[in-house]
Amino acid sequence: MSTVQATATRTKVLQRQGAAVALILMVAVSWLVFPRFGSLDNLRDLALQGSFLAVIALGMTFVIITGGIDLSVGSLYALGGVLAAWGSQYGFLVALTLPLLVCGAIGFVNGLLIARTNMAPFIVTLASLLFARGLLLAITDEGANTYQIAPDSAFVELGRGTVFGFGYPIFIAAALAVLGGLILNRTTFGQNVFATGGAEQSAVLLGVPVAKTKIGVYTMSGTLAGLAGALTAAYLQSGVTVIGVGTELDAIAVVVIGGTLLSGGMGTVLGTVIGVGLIKVIQNVINQIGTLDSNYQSVVSGVFLLIVVVLQRILRR
Amino acid sequence: MTLTATRTATRTRWLQDNGVYVAVVALVLFNVAFTANFLTVGNFRTQLVQAAPVLIVALGMALVIGTEGVDLSVGAVMALAAAIIPLYLGAGPLVAIMMALTVGLAAGAFNGFLVAKVGIQPIVATLALLVGGRGLALVIADGRLVQLHDPAFLALGTDDVLGIPISVVIAGLLALTVAALTNRTTFGRQLVAVGGNRKAATLAGLPVNRVLIGVYTICGVLAAISGVLATSRLAASDPADMGLLMELSAITAVVVGGTPLTGGKVRVLGTVMGVVLMQLVRATLIKHNLPDSIAQMIQAAIIVAAVYVARERR
Repeated sequence: MSTVQATATRTKVLQRQGAAVALILMVAVSWLVFPRFGSLDNLRDLALQGSFLAVIALGMTFVIITGGIDLSVGSLYALGGVLAAWGSQYGFLVALTLPLLVCGAIGFVNGLLIARTNMAPFIVTLASLLFARGLLLAITDEGANTYQIAPDSAFVELGRGTVFGFGYPIFIAAALAVLGGLILNRTTFGQNVFATGGAEQSAVLLGVPVAKTKIGVYTMSGTLAGLAGALTAAYLQSGVTVIGVGTELDAIAVVVIGGTLLSGGMGTVLGTVIGVGLIKVIQNVINQIGTLDSNYQSVVSGVFLLIVVVLQRILRR
Repeated sequence: MTLTATRTATRTRWLQDNGVYVAVVALVLFNVAFTANFLTVGNFRTQLVQAAPVLIVALGMALVIGTEGVDLSVGAVMALAAAIIPLYLGAGPLVAIMMALTVGLAAGAFNGFLVAKVGIQPIVATLALLVGGRGLALVIADGRLVQLHDPAFLALGTDDVLGIPISVVIAGLLALTVAALTNRTTFGRQLVAVGGNRKAATLAGLPVNRVLIGVYTICGVLAAISGVLATSRLAASDPADMGLLMELSAITAVVVGGTPLTGGKVRVLGTVMGVVLMQLVRATLIKHNLPDSIAQMIQAAIIVAAVYVARERR
């Protein structure tokens, strides 16, 4: 009996912490095999690259826990960057708030359509993926105009400033992840998010404000994607128009790798952060192996995603 | 009161079923009246040739969506097919095409296996191939675009049968085949049953797993056919761009054509009309010199409007 229990517990631990174990193993092996991996410069770079994706994936985590999906974040990420770069000529405050407001508003409309009209999240956010890209093209003269940010402006500091060599975006992403975890686990809103994704019909009957919760998570997802775009623009000192294509899929992949179920009702912010870490370490290692070109990154990421979801599925049986 | 209510319900129902046809007719009439050179043979040829690859992919997508699934990997499968072609073109076009289709078949069967046997959600199962497939295609092709010179293979993209471009003929024949498959065969009935209620289908003793694997395999093969035709038309193998975002175009066409994402129903003619509608919208916007930005936003609005009209009420 106790053996059965022990096995069950072990399975559960593996299921919940599988991504964490994989991350620790990956880091340990990379550290030993690649001398440059463990250097402070490389780790700083790794964390910085991961922070932008982590901010987007945080919003996606909430959306997926409600049983939804948000395909618009890649376009909103790019749009946020362009708006921030354009707004930076009017000062720090405009550069930061404009992308949050516009992307948040598009996320709000996503939520409104999904919650109030019973349309599938997949198709609504697919439409706003197109819409946000169109809007981006419209304000950049069909993509021909890349807005620059003055290198001495305070806004650039937000993306390029460092503490002990670690960039500000890392701390912003970490703070948001902690905040997100607290909201998810310690607030009524968080409980409603879980209830909405777990059993929507029962949640409605129990008086959970399902519609409001859905509008909330999509608004949050849009706002965070806009913020990630603003931070990226500050880091790159310009509003690059071509970024963010396929980023929504990266975000979904890291959330799933982190153990959040696409069927909703279950998931953690920490898992998502670990998922981001895993994907970025894999990419970093492939870069360290000089002979492999970047195309291998997506092959390895795809295979890895596959292994994780198959394992999750088998362990849950 | 009941009479008015019934009449409104009937009218809504009719609009749900036939909205896409109404929209196509309206758009054609608009173009006849306001677009120069619309009613020319050359223009029709261009429109059909551009729509053919999307249609072929959308047909497979309609079947997958009918089982309450989705296949995000179709664009990556097109890229794989494109990458395979130059490798085997030395052995003759037929061998190259067969190899490309085999890869599509294997990719589709793999998706079907993950969905049916392992029990992974279709979005995630096919997402893995979307992420990895194009990378694999680029690795195979060494990241390069390869010009193709085999005249027999290129003829596929340039020649006509009875005055109609070959790719359009193939797309038409495939549409008829898929329509016959869904409406006239046991497989078609089983497919719709699985999509409508998988549990009930299992309990009724239907071969659910075989149907699912079959549907994803068909979708993979159709995507590979589309990739082969698009490659021959381009006269080059371009795995970096081939079929990029095709999954979104195909899903859009299927949904606009009235096939619900919730499964249990496949509308083949609606899918054809969905492809035609999206192609006409794009052509109309381009012919009237609207920039890409506005075109994309209008397409977004059309998608939302179409799904709003067609949505199932609780």
